[in-house]
Amino acid sequence: MIWGNDKRYAMVVDTRLCVGCKACVLACNAENKVPHGFSRDWIVEEVRGEFPKLSMEIRSERCNHCENPPCVDACPTGASHVNEGGTVLVSHNKCTGCKACIAACPYDARFVHPDGYVDKCTFCLHRVEEGKDPACVEVCPTFCMTFGDLNDPDSEVSRLLKTRKYKVNHPETGCEPNVYFLI
Amino acid sequence: LSHAIDSGAELIVVDPRYSVAAGKARYWLPIKPGTDMALLLAWMHVIVNEGLYDRDYIEKYATGFDRLKAHLADKTPEWAYTHTTIRPDVIRETARFMAGARPASLVHPGRHVTWYGDDTQRSRAIAMLNALLGAWGRKGGFYFPEKIALPKYPYTKYEDQPKLAADMPKDTVYPLADNTLASGLCDASIPGIAEYDIKGWLVYGTNLIQALPAPEKTMRAIQALDLIVAIDVLPMEITGWADIVLPESTYLERCDEVHTPPYKRPFLSVRQPVVEPMYDSKPGWWIAKELGHRIGLDDYFPWKDSVEYAKYRVKGGGFDCDELMAKGVVSRKAEALYIEDGIEPTFGTPSGKIELYSEQLAGEGFDPMPVYTPPEEPPPGQFRLLFGRAPVHTFGRTTNNRFLSEVFSENEVWVNARTANEMGFKDGERVTLVNQDDVRSEPVRIKVTQRIRHDCVYMVHGYGHTSKGLNFARGRGASDSRLISKYKTDPIMGGTGMNVNFVRIERAAA
Repeated sequence: MIWGNDKRYAMVVDTRLCVGCKACVLACNAENKVPHGFSRDWIVEEVRGEFPKLSMEIRSERCNHCENPPCVDACPTGASHVNEGGTVLVSHNKCTGCKACIAACPYDARFVHPDGYVDKCTFCLHRVEEGKDPACVEVCPTFCMTFGDLNDPDSEVSRLLKTRKYKVNHPETGCEPNVYFLI
Repeated sequence: LSHAIDSGAELIVVDPRYSVAAGKARYWLPIKPGTDMALLLAWMHVIVNEGLYDRDYIEKYATGFDRLKAHLADKTPEWAYTHTTIRPDVIRETARFMAGARPASLVHPGRHVTWYGDDTQRSRAIAMLNALLGAWGRKGGFYFPEKIALPKYPYTKYEDQPKLAADMPKDTVYPLADNTLASGLCDASIPGIAEYDIKGWLVYGTNLIQALPAPEKTMRAIQALDLIVAIDVLPMEITGWADIVLPESTYLERCDEVHTPPYKRPFLSVRQPVVEPMYDSKPGWWIAKELGHRIGLDDYFPWKDSVEYAKYRVKGGGFDCDELMAKGVVSRKAEALYIEDGIEPTFGTPSGKIELYSEQLAGEGFDPMPVYTPPEEPPPGQFRLLFGRAPVHTFGRTTNNRFLSEVFSENEVWVNARTANEMGFKDGERVTLVNQDDVRSEPVRIKVTQRIRHDCVYMVHGYGHTSKGLNFARGRGASDSRLISKYKTDPIMGGTGMNVNFVRIERAAA
């Protein structure tokens, strides 16, 4: 393990409960003062089939804080790094805004902040350190999101992944993402 | 609902549009708009004829079952199919499915249910179906909500007899309705229609230009008035028509009345200010008290402010004010919610029972049991206009909010993908909707989607603002209210059925 403790933070999103209301996006925008026109999390509505035989999956998506983060490998300055609990963060003062990480990320989770550095979801580490949930999890009206430590076998995220069917986005990349979708 | 789904509840969703709820449902029935009553009657037909209804419950709490059974005899799923386009086997399967879970099974009565002008009877059909499922007052069905009673603040009694409401037009009477009518306000303000002409409006937090159908008519009514005073938190369209605008503080800046709604877990809640009011805005209670003061009616506003008023009521109800103010909400367990808890139910009918056959309706000259009448069809090349809400916004009230608009900044008109392709429209293209009265919408983006039937279009309400003060919302999207120049009044309750307009789609001028 390259981070300094034995936690492995992860998020579990129940697609059966998500209604795509975007409260998570607005909460993140407010909590993290995300500049207008950008977002650290977003909603995907995936409609399959043709009228009237349809199915729809709604997902609240964000940085996957991958086990093998290609953005960290691609970063020439060491700004993108792995932090507490496996969260992938960007040190603003080391970032030159070269966008190599944006090209490397399979999830399109990063953007260049108007102040010149690359920005993205931090799993609200500043809140997590105070024992709170990330802002998106906190406000969800359907309680479709759960945040926690996968290395703790008794955590809610561990329990959900043990008892429910789930998937991740782009498993083929080998990044080993840490945002899980219950199906 | 999300807790219910998480605990294994299953949904049947009936909607011409593949809504988010439909996406979570076991069955989606993409019904032809305006034919809901046919489906409800066919569902009841199956449940009665196959003996799937709650026999004991009906015997104990309902009257008129035999007449209902006879009424339903020819309302077969095959009959309903020709109207609703929902296949007979699907109607049978869903009827059996909902009956299989009774009494933990219910048909939700819905909200904003004035659609086609036959809405009282459709709502009644839903209530009757719920009775067949034994759902009223049963666990998993409908609970009897409980409310915390608080004493009223003592007032000086008002001696003058107020006039009867003029909001009811002379030539039509709704003897069973206990509310004034949305459309009646304008009717009573245009001279010569009502018992007396309304000469002034005090409009509180309602943007009548968008909230009422047929804005042209609203404007005609306004022209006939002597005075309009508008109280609002934003410069909505109605404030532009007002002689006097009284700016109210927002809900984050004021202390409001104690809220004690009927609920499953009865509670008291109080809204308290988190920031000081901005500009020259004042809370609603202050506006009311000051108006009273200036016209010499101080006696009727004996409290100092809303906090003193709230404290009197909370204390009188035996609750701790400090606890309520600190927590914002206090609640207690309900004493009894269900028949299973020992409640002996009475229903809001003359007999106190569930009247499947209503003598009261028959006596007023209405159908004693719901009768289906096919809706008018949109002419070729036209679509029925449906409207609804997006979870991000609260009607048209928040569409000027830039923060919320980060994720939803304008409405779109949903058009079935195949229909749009046949007409040569591309997703995201700007179009104009033109209704049967040649009312034209503002330019609006088209959403080409599989998620809607071919014979209707859908848009989110609350866009197409024109007020100059709404810097952000003005000019975004199109107003559904404007296109609702026609409405159908329910003959029983006077409700304003607004889903009766047809539109054609034109490419917007570049």
